[in-house]
Amino acid sequence: MKALALVAAMEGLLIPLLALLLSLGIFGVFLLAVDNDPFGVFYSMYRGGFGSPFSWRNTLERAAPLMLTALCTALPARLGLIMIGGEGALVIGGIAAASVGLSLNGNAPWLVMIAMVIAGAFSGGLWIASTGWLKHYRGVNETITSLLFNYIAIALLNHLITGPMRDPQSLNKPATLPIGSANMIADIPELGVHWGLAFGLVLCLLYYLIFQHTTLGFAVRIIGGNIRTAKIVGLPVGRLTVMTCFFAGAAAGLAGMIEVAAIHGTANGSLAAGYGYAGILVAFLARQNPLTVIPVAILLGGISASAGLLQRSHHLPDATVFILQGIIFIVILLSETLYGRLKLLCDERGRT
Amino acid sequence: MTETVLGWWGVPLAILGGAIRASTPYLFVSLGECLTEKSGRTNLGQEGNLVLGAMTAYAVSYLSGSPWLGVLAAGATGMLLGLLHAWVCQFKKVNDIAVGIALMLFGIGVAFFFGKPYIQPTAPHLPAIGFGNWSDIPQVRAALEINVLFLFGLLLAPLLSWVLSSTRWGLMLRTVGDSSDAADALGFSVNGVRMVATMIGGFLAGVGGAFLSLYYPGSWNEGLSSGQGLIAVALVVFARWDPMRCLYAALLFGGAGALGPALQSVGFSSGYYLFNAAPYVLTLILMIATCSPQRTLTGVPGELSITK
Repeated sequence: MKALALVAAMEGLLIPLLALLLSLGIFGVFLLAVDNDPFGVFYSMYRGGFGSPFSWRNTLERAAPLMLTALCTALPARLGLIMIGGEGALVIGGIAAASVGLSLNGNAPWLVMIAMVIAGAFSGGLWIASTGWLKHYRGVNETITSLLFNYIAIALLNHLITGPMRDPQSLNKPATLPIGSANMIADIPELGVHWGLAFGLVLCLLYYLIFQHTTLGFAVRIIGGNIRTAKIVGLPVGRLTVMTCFFAGAAAGLAGMIEVAAIHGTANGSLAAGYGYAGILVAFLARQNPLTVIPVAILLGGISASAGLLQRSHHLPDATVFILQGIIFIVILLSETLYGRLKLLCDERGRT
Repeated sequence: MTETVLGWWGVPLAILGGAIRASTPYLFVSLGECLTEKSGRTNLGQEGNLVLGAMTAYAVSYLSGSPWLGVLAAGATGMLLGLLHAWVCQFKKVNDIAVGIALMLFGIGVAFFFGKPYIQPTAPHLPAIGFGNWSDIPQVRAALEINVLFLFGLLLAPLLSWVLSSTRWGLMLRTVGDSSDAADALGFSVNGVRMVATMIGGFLAGVGGAFLSLYYPGSWNEGLSSGQGLIAVALVVFARWDPMRCLYAALLFGGAGALGPALQSVGFSSGYYLFNAAPYVLTLILMIATCSPQRTLTGVPGELSITK
């Protein structure tokens, strides 16, 4: 039994690492094809993401929302659902947090903060929970629903920031009124990164404990494994589905709240910056494990933080990062086929 | 002068014109996706094919001066991405929906990467036929100015319907889509058929993209597609995998998409962004109305993962 667990762990580490290396190789060939020096670019990516305290700050600031949006895909994946609504839930969470922050402005900052956290998490949670509800009770495919929800959320954001909630001062870039510097999330002392990072870390850890080490998490995995079995043993499939989706959406909604309260100070179009979509990649790369999400989010945060440096020193457009992310995503999915197939590991398995 | 004569009547007319104009990308993507899904695979990468197709068509049209060469090039890139999707998906345990999402991100990334230099210049557009030239009213003329690609799409829908229902190849495709075991037993190459179906699907999505950049809205920029490729995938479910119904659904969605601009053209501009959400909301409502957890949908290919 032990050996089997070891093999699984080795596979879980080895295969993604191999896939990452292969992706970098393919990306290198692509860079050669567009007349760029791959090793120079790799070095710049390292420098731009992890080379200095400044770049680390940048990386961690991006990793925080990525962790949270990744959870939005990772938790439903345990139910066997492919949820890609992180972007919409983030936007909705951001809108809700900004509205609450604005309407409570003037109250004690800690009170406003708690209200914004609740508003962001709750609205994002409801947003994704409704796609889970539609899946279970109406049989509507959750991938398509959550995607449509993304576009609806962005349309709602555009409507609110150009119409009812618009700050008349924001001319070129429509936005809501600022929530006020007193209500902003502060930086973690010494680190220089906002406390939103701690939110991400804590939630990853919390969800890991709940979904890996409690009966509830076990029940969710049974549903993901075989929904018929789950029904036969009498699990409340519908309730568990909706609840898990709520937890997932709450994480992404919180990411929106953090973007508003720690970065932008208002709700504006920058909320839909693609964290939701990059979070899907993080979740798949982390094999839907909330704990593994943490290092993977930092890695991808670093890659996206290096985009600026790539532009300055290699004249590569910012879409370069998208291409690398796309390659990694495809190769990671391709590598799924290797599990249980590696020769060396199969022999190990035979002996147990 | 005529503006005032038409007044609010301009709205249904603009919606009609918009339905014809805006439905073309939906039509091509959904016909392609219909074919792919009939073979038992879902390709969400159609959004990437659409965006990459739009960029390629614009760039090739600009460089060569021939919009039709642009359309062909767009189809070819869609075909390549379709090939990639089919190749990756043929391996065991690989999830086709997830691969589609990955290819969507990849295709959009490639389009943005190579598309930067083509945002400014103007490329030659695809021609349109003025079916409304008999009229003196400019809105009528504008509404009936129909692009040649739309006419192709109009012919393609019944053609595809006939191929699927009445030809040997169509039967083979449907067998592969309904039961890969049965197709195997009959000696069909399941992966081969799916690969061809996904490549043709990708080709059509690329052509749909070419329409976006070479006719309406008629330029290349990074915000060109707002999820039309994905809506088209949902539209296929709503059309129950029937090419003719894809045509009607595409017209319906084109009309919904034209609602915002049509209202704006008569001076009703508040809530413009909300009206822009009309196609998404419409898709959602239709999906909720047509799906049910108790029964499988009629016409659904048995091997399809998106309806399970």
